[in-house]
Amino acid sequence: MTIKLPEKIEKEVKKYFEDEKIPEKERKQIEEKVIKLYKEYKYSPEEPVGVITAQSLSEPATQLTMRTYHFAGTAGIQVTLGLPRMIEIFDARKSPTTPSMMIYILQEFQDIEKVKKIAEQIKEVKVKDVVKTTTVDMTDLWVKCKPDMSKLKRYGIEMKTLKKKLKVRDGLVDVDEEENVIIVKLKKKDIAGLYKLKYNFLETHIAGIKGITQVIVLKEGDEWVINTLGSNLKKVFNVEGVDTTKTFSNDIFEIYSVLGIEAARNSIINEARYTMEEQGLGVDVRYVMILADLMTFEGDIRAIGRYGISGQKSSILVRASFEETKKHFIAASISGESDGLRGTVENIMMNQVAPIGTGSFELIGRIPEKKKK
Amino acid sequence: MADIYFNGKWIGHTSKPAEMAANIRKKRRQNSLLSQVNISYFPLHDEIRINTEHGRARRPLIIVENKKPKLTPVLLDKLKREKITWNYLIENGIIEYLDADEEENTFIAINENELTNKHTHLEIDPIGILGVPTTLIPYPEFSRGDRINFGAKMIGQSVGIPATNFTLRTDTKFNILVYPQVPLVNTITSDILRRFPSGHNLVIAVMCHEGYNVNDAIVLNKSSIERGLFRSFYFRTYDAMKKRYWGGQEDDICVPQPGIMGHRGEDAYKDLDEDGILNPESKVESDSILIGRTSPLRFLTSEEFIADIENIRETSLSVRHGERGIVDTVLITETPDANQLIKMKIRDQRIPEIGDKFASRHGQKGIVGLMIPHEDMPFTREGVVPDIIFNPHAIPSRMTVGHLLEIIGGKLGAYSGEHINASAFNYTSEEEIRKSMKSLGFRNDGKQVLYNGKSGEILKVLIFTGISYYLRLDHMVTDKIHVRGRGPVTLLTKQPTEGRAKRGGLRLGEMEQQCLIGHGAALTLKERFDSDKVDIPICKGCGFVATFDVIKNKSYCSLCKKSDVAWVETSYAFKLTLDELKSLGIYPKIKTEEL
Repeated sequence: MTIKLPEKIEKEVKKYFEDEKIPEKERKQIEEKVIKLYKEYKYSPEEPVGVITAQSLSEPATQLTMRTYHFAGTAGIQVTLGLPRMIEIFDARKSPTTPSMMIYILQEFQDIEKVKKIAEQIKEVKVKDVVKTTTVDMTDLWVKCKPDMSKLKRYGIEMKTLKKKLKVRDGLVDVDEEENVIIVKLKKKDIAGLYKLKYNFLETHIAGIKGITQVIVLKEGDEWVINTLGSNLKKVFNVEGVDTTKTFSNDIFEIYSVLGIEAARNSIINEARYTMEEQGLGVDVRYVMILADLMTFEGDIRAIGRYGISGQKSSILVRASFEETKKHFIAASISGESDGLRGTVENIMMNQVAPIGTGSFELIGRIPEKKKK
Repeated sequence: MADIYFNGKWIGHTSKPAEMAANIRKKRRQNSLLSQVNISYFPLHDEIRINTEHGRARRPLIIVENKKPKLTPVLLDKLKREKITWNYLIENGIIEYLDADEEENTFIAINENELTNKHTHLEIDPIGILGVPTTLIPYPEFSRGDRINFGAKMIGQSVGIPATNFTLRTDTKFNILVYPQVPLVNTITSDILRRFPSGHNLVIAVMCHEGYNVNDAIVLNKSSIERGLFRSFYFRTYDAMKKRYWGGQEDDICVPQPGIMGHRGEDAYKDLDEDGILNPESKVESDSILIGRTSPLRFLTSEEFIADIENIRETSLSVRHGERGIVDTVLITETPDANQLIKMKIRDQRIPEIGDKFASRHGQKGIVGLMIPHEDMPFTREGVVPDIIFNPHAIPSRMTVGHLLEIIGGKLGAYSGEHINASAFNYTSEEEIRKSMKSLGFRNDGKQVLYNGKSGEILKVLIFTGISYYLRLDHMVTDKIHVRGRGPVTLLTKQPTEGRAKRGGLRLGEMEQQCLIGHGAALTLKERFDSDKVDIPICKGCGFVATFDVIKNKSYCSLCKKSDVAWVETSYAFKLTLDELKSLGIYPKIKTEEL
């Protein structure tokens, strides 16, 4: 049987031949040896790859300590790492505890001033970021605030546009351009709502992209990148100068909704590997890939666990042996489910030979008994 | 207004809490209040706590006023000449005991020379900041903190003489070390604890030995052990009660006669005395009977009394499985409700063996890996043979320099005939030891030429030798060794029992199971989980477990009244699961198929 080498290995072998200038005669010998080695490294049929994956991932995961190392003083954004992050990825949480983006910039914008400008454009600005002082008038029921003009200028906001932009719940916004004051009056005459109004007003979004609370400009190699706390891929892609082919977020679900399931799969692989490597643990990509495939092959992201893969197994006994035993048995009995006992776990439970490894082969043909003469 | 809590109960409030606290303290120091009263003021919570209850940990401190400790040199001199007593110091407000709460209100100086106006107290000795077991460690400042912690923990586990009245006590179990020694390298507190020593001074050689002391193992001198090194006694007290039951029936302490329910055969009772109790100094083995006893059958009222049948069962007290020894003491007494009570103390001599645990006082614990006779041990020019060979690889990563200092200090102590003081913060320095060693004619680094015990050749490197105090820890192999070939199973699941006491097996857990799956070893896997294998008849019609009639040698389904049955091999635990499902009202039907 001839085995074809994977493209990557084939390329590497060819490159080696050319680099080392190996004569034609030896080439065939080497190629044969490579194929032989490749065959040896391949998993045999019925090898329990899933169990090996689980072990290869979970053994180093036991070493992922609960504590995360803090790099005090270094530039960058403090993102959840270590075991908590690992759990977050595999449980397929809808949003990470610390959403973060790495924004890459197009070649023609690779200039510190331009990048800084993009960063300022992206960062979310709330009223409280530009306000100098606020006063609350209890008798006339209004909130008056004085904006810091230099800050306004830096964010490129003009007083004129403010009146249109600012919309506060239960409040009427009035901008005094001559004195540079913003006054918000309470719609209902209710003194209890006044402080709520003040809070709502200060939290009002005026510029930038919603959700992005921190922006840091970093140099990665020779290019400038922007690291953010908070994630909003869709809007960031619309910003001029952003390299949409490289920019990514650590929010897997956001990637899934913006870029699709394949991107989400890659994101799971990247995030899991990054988290492991951060703690100094090396795991072969293939294991992470199997896991990511398992999580995504149905078209949406499924968690590892009760509500994901383990809870969707076809065998009743397997589901019942994992978690919520009664629930599964009762549900199965109501609909009259049957269990074909084809999996490993079921057969171990029943003390039968499990259909894995050496157990997956059966003698199918019956040896005919000798006819009695 | 500050709340006042007396022993945790609210009793009132005050507007001048600080003054109140100061007042009470003043009265206590004037001896007009009991010295056990502790008061503390917490400005943050605005409350005063007064504690007088028992069970608080308190410690003595010297009172300081205006930068001057109240314990003056004059008083100290008087104390030395025994003109005054410790109680005098407390009654006169020179030293007071503080509890954890009141300590929060103080500012304690560790040394006299650092006193400022803010200080309220002074430590009697800087060692006071440590706990009792920690103060027993020599040279603690030279080792890493965690090692000191481990060392202190292990001192607590050591076999020594925990109480001098041990012959009279009836603790369930306790250990006594034979001929314990006072450490050569001492601390001021081990001087106080002289009556309760817990180890031996061993001649130690820091070297590897044929791989028998890798990974924290130690090599012991077999001849030293034969001379009595670390020999100890293990005592266990058993007790049996002669209970009285409702209805006038009672237990009987006697030699159980044959025919009684649960009788173990006459051989089992042959050592018992006439009264059914074993005599002192008789040898007992595992599971042998100590006290013969019979009890009336339970749940049997006098109406149900059946004539001609012995309505008693055997409930004798026997030695725990895996233990042995000699009957030490027999005590016959009565409980408060007038039931006869027999206590029996079993003594067992424990000689160190391979697998027993030993430790120095620096968190350097190890297990005996080999015991070699005196003549095969390495020796010095003078003919000194080590009692223990300790692996140097245990030192670098753990950084227990204190241990090394103890070894060389012990060497000096042995050669000069003095105890070496190695208390925390106040110790014989390394320089002093080196100087004294030199003046005695030794190398000042504690290294020595050693000869190979087997060939007599000089060892190519100098070996660090000295004397170190070692502890025998209360973890002995005899208490832990455990094997099972076959044995008891649990009633419910028919699976092997768990735990050494029940002669149980070691569980092949879920992760081990996954390993076998990972190797694809399906048949090995099945064999490993065979412990509760059963063949059960399944009705081909209804899928329920059928009945097998052993007498008629026939199986039939009691639901279908048919005898069309398939025999299925499965685990009993699975059959149990099916039964439990049935009890839930779920019909688990097994469809059988011809292979």
